[in-house]
Amino acid sequence: MEKVFMKGCEAIAEAAIRAGCRFFAGYPITPQNEIPEYFSRRMPQPDVRGVYLQGESETASAAMLFGAGATGTRSMTSSSSCGISLMSEAIGWMAGSCLPVVICNVVRGGPGIGSIQPAQQDYFQATKASGNGGFRMLVLAPSTVQEAVDMTYRAFDLAQKYMYPVYILCDGFTGAMMEPVVLPEMMSDEAIAAEKKKNESWAVTGRKGAAKGKRIHCGTRHGIPSTLEEKNIADWKMYEQWKIDEVEYECYKTEDAELIITAYGVSARISRSAVDILRNEGYKVGLIRPIKVHPFPEIAYEQLDYDKLRGILCAEMSIPPQFAYDVEAVVRKRTPIATCLRSGGEIIERSAIIDAAKRLYGDK
Amino acid sequence: MEKIYSRPAGLKKMINGYCPGCLHSAAGKLIMSVLEELDLLEKTVMVDGVGCCASNHSYIDIDACGSPHGRPGAVASAIKRCSPETIVVTYQGDGDLASIGLAETMMAANRGDNISVFFINNANYGMTGGQMAPTTLMDMKTSTTPYGRHADEHGYPMHMCEVLNTLTAPSYIARVTCIDAPNMRKARAAVKQAIQHQLDGKGFSMVEFVSNCPTNWGVSPLESLKFIKEKMLPEFPLGEFRNR
Repeated sequence: MEKVFMKGCEAIAEAAIRAGCRFFAGYPITPQNEIPEYFSRRMPQPDVRGVYLQGESETASAAMLFGAGATGTRSMTSSSSCGISLMSEAIGWMAGSCLPVVICNVVRGGPGIGSIQPAQQDYFQATKASGNGGFRMLVLAPSTVQEAVDMTYRAFDLAQKYMYPVYILCDGFTGAMMEPVVLPEMMSDEAIAAEKKKNESWAVTGRKGAAKGKRIHCGTRHGIPSTLEEKNIADWKMYEQWKIDEVEYECYKTEDAELIITAYGVSARISRSAVDILRNEGYKVGLIRPIKVHPFPEIAYEQLDYDKLRGILCAEMSIPPQFAYDVEAVVRKRTPIATCLRSGGEIIERSAIIDAAKRLYGDK
Repeated sequence: MEKIYSRPAGLKKMINGYCPGCLHSAAGKLIMSVLEELDLLEKTVMVDGVGCCASNHSYIDIDACGSPHGRPGAVASAIKRCSPETIVVTYQGDGDLASIGLAETMMAANRGDNISVFFINNANYGMTGGQMAPTTLMDMKTSTTPYGRHADEHGYPMHMCEVLNTLTAPSYIARVTCIDAPNMRKARAAVKQAIQHQLDGKGFSMVEFVSNCPTNWGVSPLESLKFIKEKMLPEFPLGEFRNR
C-alpha cells in the first residue's frame, strides 16, 4: 500500500471520510483546526459529497452532530479540551439518545483555556465524566499518526455496532505531528447508502422506511418505550460487555520485566523508546500501553507477576496525574507505583522517564 | 355529509398535558393541520425545544427529535443538510429560542438554513414555574421578578421577529396569535407560508406565536386572552415582517 506523508489532524479527517463520514460540524480551536479545515476542503469534492458545517460554537457544533446522527448519517465532530467541555451537553444527549457518532478530542493543556500545546489532561473527562449522568464511551487513544488513522476508521464501525458515541482521545502532539501513513480504503457510495437505508428503521427522516412517529429523544433507546432507569441499566450492561469484548492494550517486552512503564498516547510512544534504551543498558523493563483507555485494560495489570515486580512507573502529561489513578486502582498496592509527569503543554522527556525508571528499579 | 373539520391526522388521539387554556394546543393543531393539508406528515421531522415545547413530541404522530435546550436551530440545520428531502421544523419557546438558544437561532437564520421555526412566546418560562424570559413585559411579575421587570435591572423585552428581520438570509418572518378565530386563520396562513418557503427551497422561515400562560400568569384562560390583546400585542405587533 502506498504511504503518504500527512499531519495527524488531516490524516484523522481523511480516515473519517474514507470510513464513510458524510457530516462534520466543528468550531475553530487550536490544536485541531486542520481537522475542520480539511473537511471543509474535502466534503464538497465529487468523490465525497458530504456536509461540512461550521458551528457558531462548540455547543452548537455538537448539537449539529446530534442532529446529523439522528438522521443515521455517519457523522463526526472534533475539538480540543475546553471546546470539548462546551460539547459535553450534546455528548450527553447523544449517549442519552444512543446515536452512533464519533467525537475527537485533540487534547491541549488545562484547566479552562489552559494552553494550546499538547497535553493529556482530559483523561478523567474522556473516560469517566464527559457529561452529566454517568454515561461512558469507548475511548480510543492513538500514539502514532498511523494509529490515529486506523482508530478513526474503526471508530465509525464501533459507533454503528453499539449505537453509541465513540470518543477518540488524541493528544495535541499526535494531532500536529507529520508521519508517513497508509490510508484505508474508501467506503463505497453503495455501502454508505446501504447503511443509511438500514438506519431508517430508527433514524428521523420523515416516516420513510419505518414505522410512523419515530423518536430520537434523550433517555430512550431510539424511542423504544422504557423508563430512564431501564435505559441506564441497558447502557450499563453494554459498558460491562465492553470489558469483555472491547479491551485493547499492548504489552511490549513485558514477559521477563521486573519494572513496568505504563502510559497511553504520545507518552507511551516516548516510553517505548525509553524501554529500548533501558533494555540495552541491562534493565528488565517493559511497557503496558492501553490502546483503548475505556474500557480500562485491567487484565493487562492483573496478569503481571507481582512477586518479581519492582514497581510500575506511570508516565503521563498531566499534573495532577489521572491515568495513574486507574493503574493504582487495579494494582491495589501489590507493587510500588511511581509517576513521571509533565503538564500544561510541556512534553514529557524520554530522559526523565529513563531516570524515573532507574530510581524505581534500584540496583540491577 | 362533507366533513369540514376534524382533529388533524398528525395529532395522536389523546388528551394533551398542556394546562387548561394554554394556546400551545392551538399552535400545535395548526401546524399539524397544515402539514396534513400539504401531505407532509410522512416527510417531516419536528425538532422540539426544552420546556413545555418538549411535551409536544408526546402528542404528535410524526417523526420527532429532541434537542438540547436552545439548540433546535443547530439540530434542525444538521438534519436538513443531511436529509434535504425531509421537511424540518422546530417548535420552541421563548427561553429556548431567545435566551439560551439565541446564538443557534440567529446563526441558523443568518445561514439561511432551509428550516421552519415555530416560536411560542408566552413571556415566561412556563415549564419551570414562570421565571422571567427575554420576552417578559415591562413591570410584569414573574417568579424571578417578584417586584416586576424593570429596565435598569432586567433590560427590555426582546423582539425576535424584528431582530431576525435585520438579517439578509431569512425568507419568511411573521408574528401571529391564536386568541380568536380570525387570528387563528391568519396564523394558519402564516404557518402554511413558512412551510411553503421551505418546500420552495427559499431558506429560513419563522412564525412567532404570541401566546399565553394562564397558570404562571395567575389568571383564567379567558383573562389570559384579554392580557394578550391588551398587553402583549402592543409590545409584540402582529404581521408579516419578511416574505419573499
